[in-house]
Amino acid sequence: MSLRDNPLGELKVPLTWAAAIALVVAAIAATAILVTDRRETFKAEAYGATRRASDTVLAPVGDVLAAPGRWTGAGVDTIRDYFFAGSENRQLKAELKEMRQWRDVAIALRDENDRYRTILGLKTDPPIPMVAARIVSDSHGPFADTRLANAGSERGVKAGNPVMSENGLVGRVIGVTDGASRVLLLTDIASRTPVMIDRTNARAILTGDGGPNPRLDYLRGRDPIREGDRVLTSGDGGVLPRGLPVGTAVKGLDGRWRVVLASDRAAIDFVRILLFQDFTQVVNVKALNEMPTPPPTPGPGILPATPPEPTAKPPTSESAGPKPSATSSPATPKPAATAARAPSITAKIPPAAKSASTVLSAPAGAKPSVAASKPPAAAKAAAPKASTSSDAAKPKPAAVQLGAPSPAKPSPAKPRPKTPAEGAQP
Amino acid sequence: MSAARPLEPWRWLGVPMLQALVATVLFGIPLRLYGLQLPQPVFPMVLAFAWAVIRPSILAPFGVLAMGLFLDIFWGGPLGLWAVCLLIAYGGALSARSIMASQGRLILWAWYGLATASAMVAGYLFVMLDSKSTPGVIPLAWQFLATIVLYPFAQRLIDLFEDADVRFR
Repeated sequence: MSLRDNPLGELKVPLTWAAAIALVVAAIAATAILVTDRRETFKAEAYGATRRASDTVLAPVGDVLAAPGRWTGAGVDTIRDYFFAGSENRQLKAELKEMRQWRDVAIALRDENDRYRTILGLKTDPPIPMVAARIVSDSHGPFADTRLANAGSERGVKAGNPVMSENGLVGRVIGVTDGASRVLLLTDIASRTPVMIDRTNARAILTGDGGPNPRLDYLRGRDPIREGDRVLTSGDGGVLPRGLPVGTAVKGLDGRWRVVLASDRAAIDFVRILLFQDFTQVVNVKALNEMPTPPPTPGPGILPATPPEPTAKPPTSESAGPKPSATSSPATPKPAATAARAPSITAKIPPAAKSASTVLSAPAGAKPSVAASKPPAAAKAAAPKASTSSDAAKPKPAAVQLGAPSPAKPSPAKPRPKTPAEGAQP
Repeated sequence: MSAARPLEPWRWLGVPMLQALVATVLFGIPLRLYGLQLPQPVFPMVLAFAWAVIRPSILAPFGVLAMGLFLDIFWGGPLGLWAVCLLIAYGGALSARSIMASQGRLILWAWYGLATASAMVAGYLFVMLDSKSTPGVIPLAWQFLATIVLYPFAQRLIDLFEDADVRFR
């Protein structure tokens, strides 16, 4: 029977129209939801109550569903370990032999690094607390690459925290709820990660495109990268800590530089969420945005022709006390930076040079003394032992150290030697 | 007279929808075999196509909308992306329903591929505009292939319910 001859054909018309109207209404609703979505902002409040509620439900469900897979994997590993124990033992022994050499190198480097840090008075990064979590669901489509981890706000996880596997960086947390966190992988189309090339220190932005190998955009410098170069997080912007392993550089089929992710070496079942707080989370943004009124710029009429010579005064509680900021004008450079770094210098120089160090331990803004500018004989005698220390102990005008414009009279201090921290790798 | 009996929504909408969502969750398990992850097909695409072919319905677009929102939440993508994409596929199939009537299995499979492709191209364009970056074509192609091989499930659903209501034969 043809459609035209169907006696019930006329009944279709109203239902077809109603279906079309329902389709239009649903399409409008979906478009409105899509347009108002603010996922790309990665703000905690933009994640939304719906997503938080669904993650709370989905995390235990995924955990239960993934359990047979985990058990099977553990069983297979046990059987493999049983049959391949001998060869694995030989391999581990060889690795251990090599690692012992690396351990010695690492200890020497750590010691050297600690010395340099102490000498320079660098503020080292504090250790980052971590939370271990299990991945309970996974999506790896072209438009979304995320994972759900079974640790959430109850364990201190916050949006923005970096996530690592045992091999390297996996991504970062974009949404947190009680008992679950949503991890945006480095391969997601919305992921942008500031990275650097380990060999050249060249910076780039790691941009996900839904594929397994994200690309390196905005590579800077001449010949900044080669095949096989290690890629690390640069820490630029303060979102991620510096030096986390990301992967290895390769040239893609499309001629662009891409990264084979280190975290892809093994299945990502357990992850570590670094409870790292970026600069914007730690700092009081409101106080930072308040622009203090700058002190009046000293004109040529009130500037002395030559900066006053530092006077040889023993450090007293009065002289060591902090001075108002207005006194530290460009015309009277004071070794503020040197004084600020004094405590760490004191820790390293030998006792013979303590007389100099006591002056250096004065707080920033204290007047420089001869003891600081001209080390005594004892300090000079101790110089060969801690030559870098004595270099650092030489007072330099704050303007020179901080990179501010030079005062009218050039500083007698010699040019600042290149420190090991410049261009140093983590 | 049983042929004229109205089709109950839970039979052709509710149960398949539940099955598609369960399959999506199962394929979201973080399982890796020999270094390979599980494929991630768009299971609700089967229903978006089959429902349009079976008959026009007021409930079906909202079912498609709900499944799309679930995909976005479960996969962690932009909320509403898959809802729009699936509704595009559903609308396209619904508008071409009279053309597809009484076509062979392979032709319908081609139509299903066309509907899937239109949904994915729409998603590709939106994501490109949203993230100001070009998504990779290869992962898109893999997901497209993983989705179009699911057509036999759509065919089974069509065979089950196409003749259930004579008004839409």
